[in-house]
Amino acid sequence: MKERLVQLEVLRYNPDTDTTAHFQRYEVSCPEEGVVLDALNKIKETIDPTLNYRWSCHMAVCGSCGMMINGEPKLSCHAFLREYDGVIRVEPLAHFPVERDLVTAPDDFIEKLKRVKPYLIPKAPKPISEGEYLQTPAQLKKYHRFTLCINCMLCYAACPEYGLTPKFIGPAAISLAHRYNLDSRDGGRDARQEVIASKEGVWECTFVGACSEVCPVHVDPASALQQVKIASSIDWIKEHLLPGGGK
Amino acid sequence: MSKPLIREVPPTSWYFRHPRYLRYMAREITSLFIGAYCVFLVFAMHSLAAGPSSYEAFLLTLRSPASIAFHVLALVAALYHAATWFNATQKAMPIQLGEEFVPGNLISGAHYLAWAVLSIAILFLAGVF
Amino acid sequence: METISTDVAIIGAGGAGLRTAIALAEADPKLRIALISKVYPMRSHTCAAEGGAAGVIKPDDSFDLHFDDTVGGGDWLSDQDCVEYFIHEAPKELLQLEHWGCPWNREPDGSVAVRPFGGMKKKRTWFAADKSGFHILHTLFQTSLQFDSITRFDEYYALDLLVDDGRCQGVTAMEMRSGQLRQFHAKAVIIAGGGAGRMFPFSTNGAIKTGDGMAMAYRAGAPLKDMEFVQYHPTGLPNTGSLLTEACRGEGGILLNKNGRRYLQDYGMGPETPVGQPQLKTMELGPRDRVSQAYWHELQKGNTVSTQWGECVMLDMRHLGEKKINERLPLVRELAASYLGVDIVKDPVPIRPVVHYMMGGISTNTQAATPLPGLFAAGECACVSLNGANRLGSNSLVELLVFGRRAALSALEHIQGLPAANTTALNALAEETQQRIRTLFSRTDGTESMSGLRKEMMDTMEKNAGIYRTEEGLQEGVAKIHELRERYGRVILTDRTNVFNTDLFQALELGSMLDCAEAVTVGALARKESRGAHQRLDFPERDDKNYLRHTMVYHQGLDAPRVDYLDVVITKSPPGVRDYSGDHK
Ligand SMILES: Cc1cc2nc3c(=O)[nH]c(=O)nc-3n(C[C@H](O)[C@H](O)[C@H](O)COP(=O)(O)OP(=O)(O)OC[C@H]3O[C@@H](n4cnc5c(N)ncnc54)[C@H](O)[C@@H]3O)c2cc1C
Repeated sequence: MKERLVQLEVLRYNPDTDTTAHFQRYEVSCPEEGVVLDALNKIKETIDPTLNYRWSCHMAVCGSCGMMINGEPKLSCHAFLREYDGVIRVEPLAHFPVERDLVTAPDDFIEKLKRVKPYLIPKAPKPISEGEYLQTPAQLKKYHRFTLCINCMLCYAACPEYGLTPKFIGPAAISLAHRYNLDSRDGGRDARQEVIASKEGVWECTFVGACSEVCPVHVDPASALQQVKIASSIDWIKEHLLPGGGK
Repeated sequence: MSKPLIREVPPTSWYFRHPRYLRYMAREITSLFIGAYCVFLVFAMHSLAAGPSSYEAFLLTLRSPASIAFHVLALVAALYHAATWFNATQKAMPIQLGEEFVPGNLISGAHYLAWAVLSIAILFLAGVF
Repeated sequence: METISTDVAIIGAGGAGLRTAIALAEADPKLRIALISKVYPMRSHTCAAEGGAAGVIKPDDSFDLHFDDTVGGGDWLSDQDCVEYFIHEAPKELLQLEHWGCPWNREPDGSVAVRPFGGMKKKRTWFAADKSGFHILHTLFQTSLQFDSITRFDEYYALDLLVDDGRCQGVTAMEMRSGQLRQFHAKAVIIAGGGAGRMFPFSTNGAIKTGDGMAMAYRAGAPLKDMEFVQYHPTGLPNTGSLLTEACRGEGGILLNKNGRRYLQDYGMGPETPVGQPQLKTMELGPRDRVSQAYWHELQKGNTVSTQWGECVMLDMRHLGEKKINERLPLVRELAASYLGVDIVKDPVPIRPVVHYMMGGISTNTQAATPLPGLFAAGECACVSLNGANRLGSNSLVELLVFGRRAALSALEHIQGLPAANTTALNALAEETQQRIRTLFSRTDGTESMSGLRKEMMDTMEKNAGIYRTEEGLQEGVAKIHELRERYGRVILTDRTNVFNTDLFQALELGSMLDCAEAVTVGALARKESRGAHQRLDFPERDDKNYLRHTMVYHQGLDAPRVDYLDVVITKSPPGVRDYSGDHK
């Protein structure tokens, strides 16, 4: 395995001892096909056990290891060293409070996720004994892409709107609500609209599109949000302009 | 006891942080030209309504270098603005036929096509051809 | 120390923990449920499961067949009453997930689709592309959000069980964000802490799979069962250990040695089947233990391919074609491309066996109860004896659901009419945990580095408790792990601050892994036979006369653990021959 020397500049902050954050430089050798997370692990193991970050699966599915790498929100297990030259700058995910070093507090996202009711509210409930709800491959495909969200919050770190207006429900949560709205088994759209079609919901989105560009699993949240806007506008037109509220 | 660090977003300069934000700001700024051009059209209507002499004077100012510069700028801005939105249509209005989604560039392409057809029709009605 | 009083405390919020929590919330909306996890629920390692979950649903399948596959696959070490319960509950649980929105793949008529899996005689593995575990975990997590009675304690690291009056009545846990210790007083505790694959250096398991749950129960006096059975998955990426799911072979991928030969036919899994037409339960669809062992033999014969990442065999999926690969194995394609630079559409991918799953764990019965009253366990951390000596792929995800729910029901029963807790006694116990942490923090004369000990442990496990084992190797392993446990008493922290101190958590995790490693090596040394995933070069045959029994290992502090045995429950399938030679004999 070929190795290469990697230089990292990592943002450090420890609330127990620091009043401000500072950058710390490290140099380690890593396999060429390695990722930034490998470099961090090597640093922690061999140079500085006090460096803190989250990680688990090392296969871009658990969503733990999101951080800013050269200013771009990335999963560090999916940030390939071969794509970087020179010093790699590693910072905690933007737009979230920093607990320590590269560890941010995701509380706001978690709370928003709950608010959008991201679970199936069955259109026609039936007992398990009656078997599965039928759903054709086409019906599955309609919403499938939006099920892929790993809740890594990179989209929140990329979204300037969220950075400026933290009450914005944000890309991932709205995409998940949209995922259930599109599901042929679901009948809960009305309950979700209250939250996602509000001022803090899609209408806070100005379609920068950054969320989709950074999404590591290609959920395309920007697409979900624009679709919600269109559907909500149609609701509005029906309600206000059609006789009988379009019912 | 734990004091999380809040790293503020600079409210007036955040868009310099990444080229994609600059591209976004460019799209937003082009809308100013679209707006300005609308005002300009209203002004044109107004001078038309005020009678032939006023309209003649208006046509004359159109030929001024400043006006030509404005028109060129507004055209570029309108093209950029339109293109960004046409490219976005495939995200906002996906079409599923059977199991598969219609390829995105077909949806955007259809918008460009409609745009071209309408433009030609208008130019035709205006007697350009 | 702050005390949190609750009715039931669940440790772990992976597939098993979440299923348990939902079952409790549904059964009794007034119940107070504390769901404690060292990571946010969706980070739990269930998210990494790719292939799918087995349950009888199609008309050509039957419960008997699923029973036979599971019992035979487990080399008759499964408790058959448990298997019986499991196979009947499995489809119900998978349907329940469907009703909660899980995006299972579908047949054209809208019914659920199933795929073939190793060691299964019928197609019965439900799947959501090759992200089945991910979808199961997120479906459960999202569903759990609608229950207000589930109070989550995310990023709380559970430390010790509180056992008083002969029953488990709570647990201590540290809030990772503040470094503050809390005690949970509960009428019942359910452990769903996942596996322990991280005690090996090369593993498909995420960083969090350090056996904390197992170790916690073990230290509290509950026995660990059948820990020597460690599953190697045959197809891991040789550099990162990331898994290429068994579905690669289920969909028709083949394994080749350096001569291009489908070598599995030389190890009792032949004759060769036509390429692209996988046949159930033979060749590439043999069980994991056998397929991994075949690699070892090829390695001895010099038939493996030397790559920059070490000795490998090749997994060839090119004949599946791009469309099928994108539809059914998108994650596999992505993983091989990004971490290895191989496009599976165009090239075979080098792979080698990798530690994957713990068949053993906290001993539980079919009711998911441990021998310690008030303590229940479910998921990979438990050994309910479904999987016996070798788990069949796709039985585990279902096990989480079936026994997660079962643990909830049992706990509910247990807490009826319990006498009041003696809080003074519990406080005193919690104080002991506090003391343990303080000692670790204040130790300045420590001589052992955490990463040094961890490396020695991993190397020992790989060298002495791998795919094939011997008496000398295991003796060496037992002695070494004993030594490491003793040296662990002198481990020193570099970081002595409070907030999110991962140096501390890694040290605690190392302690858990060493406890688990002890049970693995001691159990393996004592089992002088070869069965399923436990293969002894010096005892190559299965020995039903002496070892048709579960190994039960009891913690004895720093002393050697006590080993005991428990009979296997046989109801209708007497031990027989495991036959993976296909239909065409
Ligand atoms: C790569 C891979 C692929 C797999 N594919 C399949 C498959 O296709 N089919 C199949 O059936 N099985 C598969 N398996 C096996 C299966 O996924 C696992 O056995 C199962 O997901 C384990 O679930 P669990 O809920 O028991 O544990 P986990 O999901 O690992 O969750 C453990 C939980 O315990 C918590 N925890 C642990 N320690 C502590 C502590 N000290 N304090 C607080 N909380 C703690 C963690 O935070 C976590 O929430 C696969 C496994 C792997 C690794």
